[in-house]
Amino acid sequence: MSEAGVLRKVIGASSLGTMIEWYDFYIFGMLAKTISTEFFPEGNSTAALLSTLAIFAAGFIVRPFGALFFGRLGDLLGRKSTFLLTLVLMGGSTFLIGLVPGYQTIGIAAPLIVLLLRLLQGLALGGEYGGAATYVAEHAPPGKRGFYTSWIQTTATLGLFLALGVIMVVKMNMSDQRFNAEWGGWRYPFWFSIILVVVSVYIRLKMEESPLFARLKSEGKVAKNPLKESFRKKANFKMVLLALFGAAMGQGVIWYTGQFYAQSFLETKVALNFEQSRSILLWAILLATPFFIVFGWLSDKIGRKWIMLAGMLLGILTYRPIFNTLLTDAGTDQWNTEISNSTVQKESKPLANTSDSLIQTITHIEVSNGATYIKEQTDTLKVATGTIAEGKPLIKDKVLPRPVYWKFVGLVFLLIFYVTMVYGPIAAFLVELFPVHIRYTSMSLPYHIGNGVFGGLVPFIGVLLQTTFTTDPLVGLWYPIGIAALSFAIGLIYLSNKIDKDVTD
Amino acid sequence: MNTIRKILGVVWLLLGPVVIYFLFAGAIHNIDPHGKKDINNPVIWVIIITIFLPIAIGLMIFGWYALKGEYSRNTTDR
Repeated sequence: MSEAGVLRKVIGASSLGTMIEWYDFYIFGMLAKTISTEFFPEGNSTAALLSTLAIFAAGFIVRPFGALFFGRLGDLLGRKSTFLLTLVLMGGSTFLIGLVPGYQTIGIAAPLIVLLLRLLQGLALGGEYGGAATYVAEHAPPGKRGFYTSWIQTTATLGLFLALGVIMVVKMNMSDQRFNAEWGGWRYPFWFSIILVVVSVYIRLKMEESPLFARLKSEGKVAKNPLKESFRKKANFKMVLLALFGAAMGQGVIWYTGQFYAQSFLETKVALNFEQSRSILLWAILLATPFFIVFGWLSDKIGRKWIMLAGMLLGILTYRPIFNTLLTDAGTDQWNTEISNSTVQKESKPLANTSDSLIQTITHIEVSNGATYIKEQTDTLKVATGTIAEGKPLIKDKVLPRPVYWKFVGLVFLLIFYVTMVYGPIAAFLVELFPVHIRYTSMSLPYHIGNGVFGGLVPFIGVLLQTTFTTDPLVGLWYPIGIAALSFAIGLIYLSNKIDKDVTD
Repeated sequence: MNTIRKILGVVWLLLGPVVIYFLFAGAIHNIDPHGKKDINNPVIWVIIITIFLPIAIGLMIFGWYALKGEYSRNTTDR
């Protein structure tokens, strides 16, 4: 096979596996509500604790731990065998989650097994990325490392695209009741994973070990203790810290805000209808994904530093205006004068232990510009005084008119475009920062702390800020803006833009 | 530029304890056994503090290295 053919195979096999790992990791998060009902029922404190651990520990603790555990293995045994192992572990865990009977059937064993499998998923994800990025980079010719590794960088977003798409297709083909049943449609995306994993494992089995690692092994120069060398040798440890604070930390929050915070913002704050919010994200991902490759390629020409920092700066400067536009352009106040049709359903329910009753009013509203939404209001009729205590109206299921819909696609595209700037070149940047014998370990940890910890905290800190500063609906954005600004400042002052042409050292 | 890199080391060095202070203050202020939000959940705060303590210490070490001139350009060109 020609050299170009080998490289294509290396990139294809690595990217496919990494994309599947991301898909596996995302579907759990996207189906969290159904999984929670099925395995972690409300009112059971043990199940609630297990649910918290499944959601938070997998991303925050187990992912960085997986980076250390598999990074060490990758530097001791080789890249190929390690990232093959992470793929099997991830695929197996995902498939098994789809097979665990619900809490109603096997009791507390159900959430315990799901927690264990979710932690294994986090562990596997922590080990996968560093292996795939290192493997591809160590095959790439000098001057094309950014371009080749950028294919790996597309996989996190494509994994999200695949997860969104698969869930949407399943959901659109059955009723909510059938989807959410104990053995319902929500399990299909988990079962689907095993097909993807088997194909990917088959392809990866046929791959050769990274040539740089193979040479290192044949010369007997493999690190004896990669963890010790990475984190106890000052020359390496200071680069781990620089990689984390000057690049990965800022990249992590831009990455999370652009892809996940945007989605949750559209669904919860803007109150868009499920299909519309998902399809906006799908379009934006589809249009933005090629830019991972563009910026990876460009980073080979002009260096990695300025592209990544420009992505952070754009996020810092434009997040608030963009999210504010999403909020105001979908505001129903401006549509009130243009209502073309509305249907009202009223229902009265007696309140337990009192003579008062609840009056629920659901209004389906159609606006002349094509928008529709539902307004729900629950008032309390106080029989003793004959008065009505009005509840706060809740707007939900908004469907945007076409021009606004496409404007939203454009704005979310911009958010993901920033992700491509910070994320496209970062694999090559991290690979070049560390020597070959400890590369897997050293690059995996800052990457997963940046993405898993700093990125993963965006929603939590968002709620924290919102609780303290209740009047500003965009206050949650100050966390990603602040972290990106700190990372930008550190990167600007301390990072070098020099491309390391020789990664064999 | 190398002088700025060194001086800013003090900022990163001090930022570590500030982060640690806000973590504990945030936990004490928000943990509420009757609350229903994630920020009221003590388990989540334990997880976050466990993972952020070493990161904050890492930031202080980063500041210390910067102050000592470890990131001066001739040594970071690798």
